[in-house]
Amino acid sequence: MEVGIVSYGAYVPRYRIKPHEIAAVWGVDGDAMSKGLGIQSKSVPGPDEDVITIAVEAARIALSRCKIDTKDIGSIYVGSESHPYAVKPSATIVAEAIGATPDLTAADYEFACKAGTAAIQTCAGLVGSGSIKYGVAIGSDTSQGAPGDALEYTASAGGAAFIIGSENVIAKINRTCSYTTDTPDFWRREGEKYPSHGGRFTGEPAYFKHIISCAGNLMKKQDTKPSDYNYAVFHQPNGKFPVSVAKKLGFTKEQIKEGLLTPVIGNTYSGAVMIGLAAVLDVAKPEDRILMVAYGSGAGSDSFDITVTDEIEKLNRNGTQSVSALIKNHKFVSYATYAKYMGKIHLRGA
Amino acid sequence: MAIPRFWREIPSRYNLIGTECGNCGKRYFPPRIICPQCHRKSFGKMKNVRFTGSGEIVTYSVIHNAPKAFEMQVPYIIAIIEFEEGVRATGQIIDCEVEDVKIGMKVSPAFRKIGEDGKSGVIYYGYKFKPA
Ligand SMILES: [Zn+2]
Repeated sequence: MEVGIVSYGAYVPRYRIKPHEIAAVWGVDGDAMSKGLGIQSKSVPGPDEDVITIAVEAARIALSRCKIDTKDIGSIYVGSESHPYAVKPSATIVAEAIGATPDLTAADYEFACKAGTAAIQTCAGLVGSGSIKYGVAIGSDTSQGAPGDALEYTASAGGAAFIIGSENVIAKINRTCSYTTDTPDFWRREGEKYPSHGGRFTGEPAYFKHIISCAGNLMKKQDTKPSDYNYAVFHQPNGKFPVSVAKKLGFTKEQIKEGLLTPVIGNTYSGAVMIGLAAVLDVAKPEDRILMVAYGSGAGSDSFDITVTDEIEKLNRNGTQSVSALIKNHKFVSYATYAKYMGKIHLRGA
Repeated sequence: MAIPRFWREIPSRYNLIGTECGNCGKRYFPPRIICPQCHRKSFGKMKNVRFTGSGEIVTYSVIHNAPKAFEMQVPYIIAIIEFEEGVRATGQIIDCEVEDVKIGMKVSPAFRKIGEDGKSGVIYYGYKFKPA
């Protein structure tokens, strides 16, 4: 059975903040921060946006592009590290909002920045085994860095939804594989508002080791090499790491350009590689081959070998719902507005 | 807001489900149990209909002094929208600056947080409208 992506949708909140605006508040050199992280701006959620609203918007775009009956959706998984509730699933609200209830299974996933790709793997497994007709896999986050921490310059908001099925597949998932270890590079304890991280420890033994091993294992199993792929999307916690990991693996800047969005929207965590893949699918042609590798702290990588099919030509990929249109529709805000929207200001009695 | 009341209203708040009178054909949003025109003749004949939520702004008001729960959003826009199906609904206009809102402006629905019972209470979700 051919299992793959039937439709997809991405959503990025409209507000943006520049690193210079954040740096000015903390007395830091904004140019140096911007250059060091490879970030020109990051997205900021509106005061009425959260993981659930972003997930619903992305899922509704995915559904509006194809003709599936929402009652044929057998599973919904929402991956995030910023679910609005500690107890009460985001996935049930999303399922209700897209009209998929009540005959389906739904759950939330957590695995730092790769919870959304874990959802794709589960849906693909359920479709492949014939248990369900369609599964919806979502990665969505409204991540926060502690005020003044380096993460504050990159942690942003956004998400993407992928409908996984076996009919009218626009992009076939040839194979997926994972690489998982116990690596304490980044964490947030229960009840804490902001995450903690191991500083430089987040690089070599964490991000680079997992992505390189996972991508290497997948290409070995598939007997492929970097030049066999038209596009590659790597997890992008900043604008620098994905460029560097691509080079180490033997991919060119041209191959990663289309799916590299962190420089303008920031690190959308669970949304990151998934919005990157959506941007690639927006422009991809039949027969194009895509390598996607997610990374989640804690730590693990999920890699996907994907081939675009002729069906993609039938999908409505234009208009206000494309990733480039979402990036174009933006409004810059000051640190004061950002702090207000992100709940960093506490009102009396609130 | 009481949780049971909100829970009952989820179909209309999430998916713009209204009703249509099986006797006279008039449509209602939010949904009604009986048709105010047909009264008894509409008993058992009210059908659920789903509205697109796309339409245009009939009139609007900019809110500067808001209740506590909305203080972080001021100034914001509340408008009456006429859906393309003819019915009207009131809702917040988002992703639009106060100086850019206009009567007759085309809007489409968006899914947003519409309130919460404090920091430890339930979060309420529903429709708002954004420039189309
Ligand atoms: Zn009537």
